[in-house]
Amino acid sequence: MSSYLSNNWDTILTALRQHIWLALVPVVLGFVIALPIGYLGVRFPRLYHPLVNVCGVLYSIPSLALFVFLPVLLGTKILSPLNIVVALTIYTVALLSRTVADGLRSVDPLVVESATAMGYRRLRRLVDVQLPVALPVILAGLRVATVANISLVSVGALIGVGGLGQLFTRGFQLFYLEPIIVGIVLSVALAGIADLTIVLIQRWITPWTRFQGRTA
Amino acid sequence: MITFDDVVKVYPGGSTAVDHLSLELPTGKTTVFVGPSGCGKTTSLRMINRMIQPTSGRILIDGKDVAGQDEAELRRGIGYVIQHAGLFPHRTVLDNVATVPMLLGKSRREARAVAAELLERVGLATEFASRYPAQLSGGQQQRVGVARALAADPPVMLMDEPFSAVDPVVREGLHREFLRLQKDLGKTIAMVTHDIDEAIKLGDVVVIFRQGGHLAQVGTPQELLEHPADEFVAEFVGRDRGVRSLSFDSAADLPVRPLPADLVLDDAGRPAGWSTGESTGGTFTVADSLRLVTDLAISSPVGIAVRVDDHGKADGVVPHHDLVDHLAARRGRK
Repeated sequence: MSSYLSNNWDTILTALRQHIWLALVPVVLGFVIALPIGYLGVRFPRLYHPLVNVCGVLYSIPSLALFVFLPVLLGTKILSPLNIVVALTIYTVALLSRTVADGLRSVDPLVVESATAMGYRRLRRLVDVQLPVALPVILAGLRVATVANISLVSVGALIGVGGLGQLFTRGFQLFYLEPIIVGIVLSVALAGIADLTIVLIQRWITPWTRFQGRTA
Repeated sequence: MITFDDVVKVYPGGSTAVDHLSLELPTGKTTVFVGPSGCGKTTSLRMINRMIQPTSGRILIDGKDVAGQDEAELRRGIGYVIQHAGLFPHRTVLDNVATVPMLLGKSRREARAVAAELLERVGLATEFASRYPAQLSGGQQQRVGVARALAADPPVMLMDEPFSAVDPVVREGLHREFLRLQKDLGKTIAMVTHDIDEAIKLGDVVVIFRQGGHLAQVGTPQELLEHPADEFVAEFVGRDRGVRSLSFDSAADLPVRPLPADLVLDDAGRPAGWSTGESTGGTFTVADSLRLVTDLAISSPVGIAVRVDDHGKADGVVPHHDLVDHLAARRGRK
């Protein structure tokens, strides 16, 4: 194992770096796109159910099919990492649009009403009141999306771009266990660290949630 | 002054919530809207700050039509308190109260200074400032709600069932606090409640609505209790309105008799009980109401209410039958 590690250190690091990049860029892009979509699902209640349905359908497309199909649709090369980024962004949008909508719907209507009555305009009310109060729900969705993306990137290895997933394919091709073990350990560690990071951020930016659910 | 000028609100679907309402709410006074559910009292209140748009008619604040004003700016100048307070759960008590000053462009520091002052004003200790709403009791949250509504010192306040979500003991305390604050501040207040007792206790003017958004009667609490306009109002203000109207009559002109021999006094001249060993059950002063005197005379074991002066010294008594004569004479005067 140690000789595998020392001989392939550069390959492993490159794969890890690619994995992080391929997983997290779609999280950021997806979140930015999902915010307005989720908001629309609350601003216009009639859109909420169609939104939930479309998101459900999108999320149920098998990832491998999407990886293979996207180059045809986008005109990208089959080996372009862009295919992975676009595919995972679609999944993230599908997951987080609904999360953002549910988060905003979880805000007590009395809180929104009192914000309006105090003279908040729509946009500032959203940014100052509704989104912060919806954060616990939104961040829970963000954790799921992040961890799902980290595991989905590996599937990309089957079409040649897949971060740590490439260690799996190589291991299988060569009947060689070490890269597979390293790949598994690193992806699990990566998912764990990403998840923990979001939890810590959540604790830091939503200190008030610690007192919810109990009264003085 | 807030003026309703022939205001109508018909909801989509055709139900009429408010039907040709014309009404004036005097400046510096508390006007309470009261009535059964579905009578349009809350709709009327919420049209003042344009949370609901009237179908026709005008609402004016000091002569200015609210419809012509920017919604957000109009609302920043009108304090708003609701049931359960509607506090922002993600902000500390201090920052909740600082909300409107911040919206009006004050710096965070200035806004917090104002907020700290107001918290003190509504009787919340400084230690609450850094807590979150979830850490407060219902009564404390409601105080923060009042402080938040007062933060920008608005001349007009709207209160939608502000005290109905707390238990009776806490409500009693909040009522006292409210009356004390309003005596100092003299805001023009419109309040909605379904509780006629609360309306009579807190209102300078009480507006009774009936189903379908019609006015049943407008008047001072005493007028409503003594001269209800019709059956509906009489029923609504309650069967014991006669006794309750005594709350508005002073005990000052009630004739008293000299202290009887069987009233035991302590060294300072304060009543300590009757020679039979029984308690006086409380005392009254000239500042109290006829209702209290009546209550004392009825519950006293000897049928006598004891009056004391400002220092607590007994200075006269009112026996049961004197009170009855006084009430009879009072009815003649009305």
